[in-house]
Amino acid sequence: MNFFTLLNREIRAYFLSPVAWVVMFFFLLLTGFNFYAGVAALNRGPSEVTVVEAFFNTVFFWFGFVLIFPLITMRLFSEEYKMGTIEPLMTAPVRDSQVVLAKYGGALFFYIVLWLPSLLYFAVFTRVTRLEAAGAAGPFLGAYVMLLLIGMFYLAVGCLASALTRNQIVAAIMSFTVITLFFFTGLLNFFLLNVTPALRELTAYFSALEHMSEASRGFFDSRPVVFYLSLTVFVLFLTFHVFQSRRWRN
Amino acid sequence: MIKVEGLTKKYAGITAVNDLNFTVEKGEIVGFLGPNGAGKSTTMRILSCYLSATSGRASVAGFDVASQSREVRSRVGYMPENVALYPEMRVQEYLEYRAALKGVRGRRNRQRVNAVKELCNLRDVEQKLIGALSKGYRQRVGLADALLHDPDLLILDEPTIGLDPNQIRQVRQLIKDLGKRHTILLSTHILSEVEMTCSRVLIIDRGRIAASDTPEALAGRVRTAGGIRAEIHAEAGDLEKALAALPGVRKAEVEAMPDGWQGCVLRTDAEHDPRESVARLAATRGWALRELGREQVNLERVFAEITQSEELR
Repeated sequence: MNFFTLLNREIRAYFLSPVAWVVMFFFLLLTGFNFYAGVAALNRGPSEVTVVEAFFNTVFFWFGFVLIFPLITMRLFSEEYKMGTIEPLMTAPVRDSQVVLAKYGGALFFYIVLWLPSLLYFAVFTRVTRLEAAGAAGPFLGAYVMLLLIGMFYLAVGCLASALTRNQIVAAIMSFTVITLFFFTGLLNFFLLNVTPALRELTAYFSALEHMSEASRGFFDSRPVVFYLSLTVFVLFLTFHVFQSRRWRN
Repeated sequence: MIKVEGLTKKYAGITAVNDLNFTVEKGEIVGFLGPNGAGKSTTMRILSCYLSATSGRASVAGFDVASQSREVRSRVGYMPENVALYPEMRVQEYLEYRAALKGVRGRRNRQRVNAVKELCNLRDVEQKLIGALSKGYRQRVGLADALLHDPDLLILDEPTIGLDPNQIRQVRQLIKDLGKRHTILLSTHILSEVEMTCSRVLIIDRGRIAASDTPEALAGRVRTAGGIRAEIHAEAGDLEKALAALPGVRKAEVEAMPDGWQGCVLRTDAEHDPRESVARLAATRGWALRELGREQVNLERVFAEITQSEELR
């Protein structure tokens, strides 16, 4: 019961703050532009990619993508530490785990809401062009499931960063750095001189770029699913312990 | 209701609370008195399960604060020193949320929220955003929050700090009323507050209990720290001699005032109150008397008195 009370408050906190609306506005602007660019590219002539693939594998998408997680998560714990509201919160009979999960749940909810309008893009595309947006349900579903999986992990990273500090900027920089490293691991191949097949395999295993491009082509691979789910659980577990340690640190 | 044994809290090399021992019985209103940094807030934070102790044990209503923390928290209403609230929420909304968090749901939620709003005079601001409230109102929202789940024990960390004199009076009266149904531990560094509201005083100094007494007994112990003030129209030499001769007066200081009157300060023994004899003296000698009263005892004096005598022991 307490979990839902907390979750409710977390979700409302997002939509009661101007930050959420600003993030949403600019994110929509960016994804809208990204979508436009994708459609424009397809307009130039025959292409091997579908509009879904074009949408989720561009620089615009990447940049917008890695930036939103620090923005969504930085306030979660840091703001409560800084304002002191953590004191009334934790002197109420709530479990630490409930607080961590509610904060994570609130962030995940906001993240999902952030992506909902993009479904509209593809609906409009189908309606106007009378073409199946993704060619098939597979790539479409794959891209969104992957979006959710990657998002779950990166939000957990953001939670952890926020639980570590009372300064939101510090939290944002920490999560941004870690997320960027994870997201762009795939590009390592381009910078290293001697790329052995084993190394290529390894980076591919970690590379979100790779995961996204595979999924948006309709390939299902269970490895990224396990990878993201297990990392999410692990990082949330760390967050829980960091959060608990405040009782001794203060 | 509260039992604290050998409680110690160290942080960053500082011992904030040092081997603290005390108990509070059900129904008491106990004032926690001490200078800033004496360890009052730290002790209260441990009792409300916000911090963990380095060593020692503390229990509330028979539940251990470390191992049965949620049981303790559901029985304690805690008002922190700096009441921190979510500025984007409305008062009504905040109280409903807090009550739900404390397990007060459904119809009882509305009842309790209404009850505490009434008790803390929050009716006029229930629809205001907390961010727009004055300090006094925020303080009252904090107190209302502490009362929501009708806790057995109220822990109030400096409940009147930052309030204007009117509000201070209201809050003190409220605490007195609450004391009829709840056990209360409140901290303050205002002596008169303790005298007005508490049934017992714990004086804490450098993380230890320096004294535990009723406010009256405490006042008696520190009476010598203060003194008797009088303003009398008389010849200075005569007056000083006559005052010094009164029973129980250890020392009489007489100082001429600009308008020709004499301002007198009498130092006395703890068990003597020579005010009556001063009045009689003035009457028999035909001196005019325009002021007679106890000198205000401030907390610094009390501390000096008590902590010094502790050291002497």
